[in-house]
Amino acid sequence: MEKKDHIISILVHNKPDVLARVAGTLGGKGYNIDSLCVNTTTQKDISKIVMTTSGSQTTITRIENQLQRLVDVISVDDLTNMESIHREMVLERMNLTAENSETVKNAIATNKWKVIVSGDTYVIIEITGDKRQIEFSLARLEPLGIADITRTGLVALTLED
Amino acid sequence: MKLKGTEIFLKVLEEEKVDIIFGYPGGAVLDLYDQLYESNLRHVLVRHEQGAVHAADGYARATGKVGVCLVTSGPGATNTVTGIATANMDSIPLVVFTGQVPTGLIGNDAFQECDITGITRPCTKHNFLVRNIEELASTIKEAFHIARSGRPGPVLVDLPKNVMAAQYDYDPANIKIRNQEVAYKPVPKKMANVLDMLNAAKKPLIMTGGGVILGKASDELTRLARKYEIPVTGTLMGLGSFPGSDPLWLGMLGMHGTYYANMGVSHCDFMLAVGVRFDDRVTGSIETFAANAKIVQIDIDPSSINKNVTIDLPIIGDTKATLRDLVHFLEEHHYTQDADSRAQWLREIAEWRERVPLRYCQNGEVIKPQCVIETLQKLTKGDALITTDVGQHQMWTAQFFHFDRPNTFISSGGLGTMGFGLPAAIGVKCAFPEKQVVAIAGDGSIQMNIQELATAAQYNIAVKVVLLNNEFLGMPRQWQEMFYNKRYSHTDMTHAPDFVKLAEAYGVIGLRATKPAEVETVLEQGLAADKPVLMDFRISRDECVYPMVHPGGSINQMTLGSREMIN
Repeated sequence: MEKKDHIISILVHNKPDVLARVAGTLGGKGYNIDSLCVNTTTQKDISKIVMTTSGSQTTITRIENQLQRLVDVISVDDLTNMESIHREMVLERMNLTAENSETVKNAIATNKWKVIVSGDTYVIIEITGDKRQIEFSLARLEPLGIADITRTGLVALTLED
Repeated sequence: MKLKGTEIFLKVLEEEKVDIIFGYPGGAVLDLYDQLYESNLRHVLVRHEQGAVHAADGYARATGKVGVCLVTSGPGATNTVTGIATANMDSIPLVVFTGQVPTGLIGNDAFQECDITGITRPCTKHNFLVRNIEELASTIKEAFHIARSGRPGPVLVDLPKNVMAAQYDYDPANIKIRNQEVAYKPVPKKMANVLDMLNAAKKPLIMTGGGVILGKASDELTRLARKYEIPVTGTLMGLGSFPGSDPLWLGMLGMHGTYYANMGVSHCDFMLAVGVRFDDRVTGSIETFAANAKIVQIDIDPSSINKNVTIDLPIIGDTKATLRDLVHFLEEHHYTQDADSRAQWLREIAEWRERVPLRYCQNGEVIKPQCVIETLQKLTKGDALITTDVGQHQMWTAQFFHFDRPNTFISSGGLGTMGFGLPAAIGVKCAFPEKQVVAIAGDGSIQMNIQELATAAQYNIAVKVVLLNNEFLGMPRQWQEMFYNKRYSHTDMTHAPDFVKLAEAYGVIGLRATKPAEVETVLEQGLAADKPVLMDFRISRDECVYPMVHPGGSINQMTLGSREMIN
């Protein structure tokens, strides 16, 4: 069956260990988590976990069913086939040298990337966008020498309930 | 009124109608044991914490109630893990209380500290660490609710020492817990689909499993099968959910299933699977399993559907309510089976049954294990609760003892835990002291929890151990004979204690039979005693369990028996 990326949105009671339970359920059954984002919702005692994973539809259904069994899980939704928007953020630190300084600054200006902080020898760029935009920025900056990056998991929200 | 944590603990247990706990004290739970000293709650002191969990598990399987145990922190807690995993695989409702070091020391590698909620996360339905006295009562209540609701399972509650010593104003009226019960919704459309499938079917078959026993749906299932003359096969966990002496009963299916059950599965064109999860020991090769059948599966847990076998029509719901509605629906719509085609199907099955019945040869001077089990059936008239360990003796019990009622065959199906039978029998006997409770064991597995003979002796819990002693780890030996060129690597158990003397040393009656002629006398004597008994039956060393489906093979491809049996 066709393997595909899926975005799973999980509402959970904000109890101790809930993230460990969710992650352990997938890990223990041999499924991979590709990215993960967790935070509270408008209700303090309810958190939302957005997770990306990949697999056939059968695998994804199994994952959803296994997660539903957890006592602290309220709901599980596969956003892949729903209308939804997706965002990730990446922070990239470029070391500036005599050779690359001009090119880096040009790339930032052309792509309207956001500079968070810069010094004589470095610049830290913040890029927010969907997966395609993030991949583009990485592809563009990698040859110029990325010193370090930090990337968030993907967050997603449906257009309607 | 302010109460201590230990007092709240006992009050909530009382409210949950707990009448017995199995436990073992230690540093972190001494406050609780001190409170127990002046309580009327019955406590059975086991000899190993694994035994406590199996005993609570046996009690739960026999009664349908939640089994409870109490152990200390650290090693006391880790010793429960095998027991908890056993209950988890078979969906048995338990609440396991573990002591924990004081909250201030958690994470410090304190003496007898371990992260038991972390360790048991994958093998419990849910678990809790009680962080403060305010949460104590509601957590315990919630633990019981979770254990018994929906698809049942074990719940662990970790109790730090300082929380149990703290004081709190306990008012049962203020306790609020989340509801985990799954509301039952009737599904008339699906019932109509089942009716259509039944009308189209010429060779229908019911497959019953542990979910029918857990869901207390045996009566509904039996009614459905008998009314419409549908033959029934069952998984190991389903034994007793349909009467074993009914002519429609085909026995167990799967790796050591009967020839006629496995042939029935392979030839049926409609299968109603209730409360089963299609374990690999049941299905053999998935591709050929019930390959000609439309399969309807009824289960309370959506994760059991389409897990191993592709299902044509899943019905998610409580087995009892769903079967009740199904029978009503069929009655309302005047379903009747086509008499000719049904008679033909039953004749086909009868021919299989005649061609290869369950059989063995009791000849010569060596006791055959099947003969011991048949004699046990005869002497008890089937009116006994039977527990087993895991291995050949478990399969022979499943094949040769006919279980007519649910909750009477008590065995570790999913995890396959050796050492389960004796402590489980102790739990069963505590629930039904007036019943004959027999633990059928092998010489390998009995040694895994034999220390519980002391528990039986201390409280005079009159369980009867039927030890089928072949001086081998019989099932691995059988595989070595069949698949490993008879290279019996480390399965010879000849070096064993004298079990009769050992029983006597524990203060239990020890009996022995070495010849076929002695089987009945020893069983009679053992069953009649009002004390715990261990009966050592020295059986044939190389007897194998047949039929046998080879691992991964199709279930209609079976090794049917030894040369001796077939000739």
